[in-house]
Amino acid sequence: MYGFEPNEEQQMLVEAIGRYAANDLQPGAHDADEEGGWAPDVIEKGWQLGVLQASLPEAFGGFGEHSAVTGALAAEALAFGDLAGALAVMSPSAFALPVLMAGSDEQKTTWLPQVVEAEWKPYAAAVVEPSFNFTPKDLKTAALKDGDGYTLTGEKIYVPFADQAPALLVYASLDGQTEAFIVPGDAEGLTIGERDQLLGIHALPTYHIGLQDVHVEAAARLDGGEPGMALPLAASQVGTAAMAVGMSQAAHEYALAYAKDREAFGKAIAQKQSIAFMLAEMAIEIEAIRLMVWEAAWQLDQGLAEAPKSAYLALMGAADMAMMVTDRAVQILGGHGYIREHPVERWMRNGRGVANLVGLTLV
Amino acid sequence: MIEFSMPDSIKKTVTMVEAVAENMMRPTSREFDDNEHEIPWDYINFTHEAMSAMGGGSLAPTDEGKPKDRPSIAYQRLAYMIETLSWGDAGMYLCTPGGGLGAAAVEATGTPEQKARFLERFQGDKPVFAAMAMTEPQAGSDTSAIRTSAVRDGDEWVLNGEKIFITAGHKSMEDTPGFVVVWATIDPKAGRKGMRPFVVEAGTPGATITKLEHKLGIRVSDTASMVLQDCRVPFENILGSPEVETESTKGFKGAMATFDATRPLVAASAMGIARGALELFKDLLAQEGIEIRYGLPRSRLSNLEREVIDMEVMLHSAWLLVLKAVWMADQRKANAVASSMAKVRAGDVVVKITQRTVELMGPLGYSRDLLLEKWFRDAKINDLYEGTGQINRLIVARRILGYSRRELD
Repeated sequence: MYGFEPNEEQQMLVEAIGRYAANDLQPGAHDADEEGGWAPDVIEKGWQLGVLQASLPEAFGGFGEHSAVTGALAAEALAFGDLAGALAVMSPSAFALPVLMAGSDEQKTTWLPQVVEAEWKPYAAAVVEPSFNFTPKDLKTAALKDGDGYTLTGEKIYVPFADQAPALLVYASLDGQTEAFIVPGDAEGLTIGERDQLLGIHALPTYHIGLQDVHVEAAARLDGGEPGMALPLAASQVGTAAMAVGMSQAAHEYALAYAKDREAFGKAIAQKQSIAFMLAEMAIEIEAIRLMVWEAAWQLDQGLAEAPKSAYLALMGAADMAMMVTDRAVQILGGHGYIREHPVERWMRNGRGVANLVGLTLV
Repeated sequence: MIEFSMPDSIKKTVTMVEAVAENMMRPTSREFDDNEHEIPWDYINFTHEAMSAMGGGSLAPTDEGKPKDRPSIAYQRLAYMIETLSWGDAGMYLCTPGGGLGAAAVEATGTPEQKARFLERFQGDKPVFAAMAMTEPQAGSDTSAIRTSAVRDGDEWVLNGEKIFITAGHKSMEDTPGFVVVWATIDPKAGRKGMRPFVVEAGTPGATITKLEHKLGIRVSDTASMVLQDCRVPFENILGSPEVETESTKGFKGAMATFDATRPLVAASAMGIARGALELFKDLLAQEGIEIRYGLPRSRLSNLEREVIDMEVMLHSAWLLVLKAVWMADQRKANAVASSMAKVRAGDVVVKITQRTVELMGPLGYSRDLLLEKWFRDAKINDLYEGTGQINRLIVARRILGYSRRELD
């Protein structure tokens, strides 16, 4: 059967996150962007909503079960508040959910409780590499078999909180296949480089890292299920796409309210079809991609073979949608949209990043 | 609950409809496109028999075979059927016998007696058509500007005016004993409040089909003009109240309610054309040894791969909007915005996909050896009828902005 309504539990979660997004993230997003980070107490408050905790079973320190659909709803609601804030709060999911999805029981028991017990901790994933045609399907960071373990060498960027992370999930190519390795933050050969200076998501501190012959044990490679990281990467595409939907929804609502308020030539600019049609098309675009995100998430939950393709298409659509919607939001505000007092220029900068944020969050 | 599995009973229906689309529609698509206004009787008679065997003489929402403890999936099934038939041939789908928009108007605004009287004819041995007549030479999207008048004379209404763009109008009035639902005003000063639908049955004196349009596409579907000259219909043929309400615009709302129900179905038809074009395009690429690689960033894709992937996103996201709109109809939720959203996106998408596939196939795409050029022509109607893309944008815009017709016109 088809269904297009979150269940009661999901609805409650979305409402709780909605309050956090509206009361904490949106009001603080401007300053966080200017200052280059979110205050730890805001991140902690978001963490206490329990999105990741509710995705893990009790045996591994959580109190629920993994659902990509629920995760997508949560990611959308968080990013409605702020994309960088959402990525910060959910950064540990980029470490924990691949362990849950692709790790062995031993790896889950070892790592998951550490991540989710008590307060937010800066666990993160290192996926993206400094290359114009980067793709997680063809990584330059290499893993070589080395005795019982592996040696990792390469360069990563866009690694959130790398300077404080207790451990990172490093994606690397092993015999041509993308695999993930748990690397402690203090591993020998791991160097934390400069903080990335990006077009957007300024409130998320991300770093260059270098891996020079970093040796890890055999147990560091996620090896619980099928080989490769196809499913966690699909879950990441869905999560990023869901965040793009939430952020775009915020941009749309802001531009819509502004257009109803702002008058020109004797009436609200929203009363002119040139503006009203833009707003209508933005709403249609957002809803269309939201449904693709939900479907891909549902397919992941059902374990369907087409899930990775759907997740990829959802993210391709979401990246275009986010750029279209956020660009138009700036356009509707006119010159005011270009001024940093209004959030639309920030959404536009964040919007362009969607396609690059591979592996930074998972659902 | 959020879920995306196609119900088994719809799968079964689609399998049957696919056989018709593949074996009966596609093989004759070119022939009927070349011979405009030829009537595809084989298709009409076959589908009439098939639909009669399933219990109805129309393509209408039905929950036949659905487990009783599950919610209705009737509109969802209908959307799938229309999508599949339009994959076969969108013009021929419009030649599917049964009540069509005419019966939908009777369903939406008629009394139980009227429904019995007018809808029974679709259950007979022979195929029967019905149609809806709204547009006039001077009134398209602005339906409140219609001039066709209905004046009461004793126990009859006298209709005068001219209607154009009546889909299946000839089949409803000349080729079969059907009817056309004619929108007319009972009080020209009352604007929308005075608008009422009237059932004009085949054979009614004073109702004449005067012209069949020659069109860009969907050429097998007849698009008729009808002149009403002192056309008398029984008093009981008015759908809805014979009084001009002062407080509401019920007549107009009746028309709009019909459109809310049918817009996602028009969108479903658009989706069938778009899917057909994209599938053929991918097949042709595959024959040339071109494989589409999914999962890579744009910088690593060839232009053809980018095009195909973009078209897949467009097509599928539009289809999901259609599914949501018909799901809402099945759930008895108000779906005016969802319907218009689906219609806007489907109209855009089918036009883009059919234009691109013709372009990307180069000299072959432009050739009549393939059906791509036909679908390019068929596609455009979906951005025009049942509310142009612009009218549907206006509906969405008013609703999301909370504006009245006066505030945003």
